[in-house]
Amino acid sequence: MSILRKILTTAALATALMSQTAAAETVKIAIVVKALGIGFFEAANKGAEEAAKELGDVEIIYTGPTDTTAEGQIEVINALIAQGVDAIAISANDPDAVAPTLQKAMERGITVISWDSGVAKDGRQMHLNPSSSALIGNTIIKLAADNMPEGGDVAILSATSTSTNQNTWIEEAKKVLPNYPGVNLVDVVYGDDLADKSYREAQGLVAKYPNLKAIIAPTTVGILAASQAITDAGLIGKVNVTGLGLPSEMAGAVESGATKSFAIWNPIDLGYAATMLAYNINKGATTEAGASIPMGRMGTATLDENGEAAMSDPFTYDASNIAEFKSIF
Amino acid sequence: MTAQVRIVPDRLQTGFARFLRSWEALLIVVLVLIFLANSFASPYFLNVWNLSDATFNFTEKAMIAFAMAMLIIAGEIDLSVASIIALASTAMGIAMSAGFGTPVLVGVGLTVGLLCGAVNGFLVAGLKLPSIVVTIGTMSLFRGVSYIILGDEAFTGYPESFAFFGQGYVWWVVSFELVLFALLAVAFWALQHRSTFGRAVYAIGNNPTAALFSGIRVDRVRFILFLLTGLTSGIAAVCLTSRLGSTRPSIAAGMELEVVTMVVLGGVNILGGSGSIPGVVLAAFIMGMVTFGFGLLNVPGIVMSIFLGFLLIGVIAVPKLLRRK
Repeated sequence: MSILRKILTTAALATALMSQTAAAETVKIAIVVKALGIGFFEAANKGAEEAAKELGDVEIIYTGPTDTTAEGQIEVINALIAQGVDAIAISANDPDAVAPTLQKAMERGITVISWDSGVAKDGRQMHLNPSSSALIGNTIIKLAADNMPEGGDVAILSATSTSTNQNTWIEEAKKVLPNYPGVNLVDVVYGDDLADKSYREAQGLVAKYPNLKAIIAPTTVGILAASQAITDAGLIGKVNVTGLGLPSEMAGAVESGATKSFAIWNPIDLGYAATMLAYNINKGATTEAGASIPMGRMGTATLDENGEAAMSDPFTYDASNIAEFKSIF
Repeated sequence: MTAQVRIVPDRLQTGFARFLRSWEALLIVVLVLIFLANSFASPYFLNVWNLSDATFNFTEKAMIAFAMAMLIIAGEIDLSVASIIALASTAMGIAMSAGFGTPVLVGVGLTVGLLCGAVNGFLVAGLKLPSIVVTIGTMSLFRGVSYIILGDEAFTGYPESFAFFGQGYVWWVVSFELVLFALLAVAFWALQHRSTFGRAVYAIGNNPTAALFSGIRVDRVRFILFLLTGLTSGIAAVCLTSRLGSTRPSIAAGMELEVVTMVVLGGVNILGGSGSIPGVVLAAFIMGMVTFGFGLLNVPGIVMSIFLGFLLIGVIAVPKLLRRK
């Protein structure tokens, strides 16, 4: 009985609160993630809450299905439409399957953006990529250059020779090489995103190029395997491994010194920027191609012809911050 | 010898008294309670458009649940239904890529559903294999074929007219899926409760050997039941593909368990022999309203699953405990 009374009072209270907040015109922004209970998205929620605090009149609804299914996300979106939220910022499980439901949301006046994992163009107003190929290409070279002041040989350990992402990043990296005169790219090898093959390729690189100063692996499998190979060969301090990795996997390598620093997008910044964009578009910012939309401390997002924007350079992780992030993702 | 006339009543209580003690009455009480709780808990619940949107949470599953209920009453089970959806949807995607229009797409979806049902039916009724083993096998097989065809690709770009099945409205807030759900409910009610076929299904579920000796063609009935789950899975595939506007091999993943949950919550004995279609209809509404109500309160999905688990155990345990007294 007391439970029932509690529920009823809570419900009454909630109704009262809702009518109050409605008067204050709070902007309700829903952060819809692939599934609840994933560290990466919990961190993004932290960023969203940070943005909400900064903006003042924002209420964040952090939600998502139990499994990473499109059907689960559609049920969540339907519930959000029914609540009349002001904006939905989604990391989609399926770019196409959620589009019809999101179109319905937009028809009912809800601002819809996607972030991290995008939605087909007609299912959202804009998409926020964590970074862009050009920014990633530049970052991986810069990470190597920063740790070899007198210059030297570097090699790239990639995923497969047909990986679209990695190939684009390497192409962009080669474009910026003239800006780093000390960096001499000697080879590109492929570990096929297999731990053992990547490990052997890294061993081969240090054997073939005695003056090698750095291995750049723009893949989470490659960077982990390469740092292990360098550690096992006793080359810590001579060859630096860098590239794109996950803090939880790379913590050991950073602590041992095999990897001085590496990069990947920061989920906190991503959640923060997505919330800022959803808020500003809801307040009337245009989403035409070429439009610039402010995203608080992350600067401004510039939309391309597909309605996509890049947030920033990948975030750099090193000994100073790895302890904080290794438990997040 | 005096002729003694004995009247054996085929019903011990009046219809209404029987109804009050029935499973369906209990489900109606639960449904009303959930409806009231939702209305109090969220100001957005009592809105015709919102309620209409909420029906999409269960209509496709319920379509399969009707056929699944009959199959379970007959003592069999089909765990491959979600995988049939994946394969039927993939086949529709191939037909769409080949340039066929909406009528052909629907035909392909239903035909593939029927064929998959026929495969299950042949293995169970023809080769006398246990249905749980057969359908666990075909569950991997059907979805596996979709994965081989699609990999990490997707079929998109279904024609505009095809969107009607999953996104269209027949009248005001009444969606096509809701109408189809109602029509199928009536059709399956008639088949289960008003036809000799339905009586045969009950007989087989209670005692297949006795049913066989009573002249019921047990294997033919079983085969037809698998055709029906296949066909309704094909219908659900058309609706779901239309609603999503795309096909991926992961479509409807895990739906078979939700369908079986719906059937059991609807009062069908998982061991066969008893159950009713109206019970399944009520269970569909209960599951849909619980999902939607919790969604409105932004309760995490895992809490929803826990609640449904408790509901399932509770609804099954309460009558048993009451009867013991």
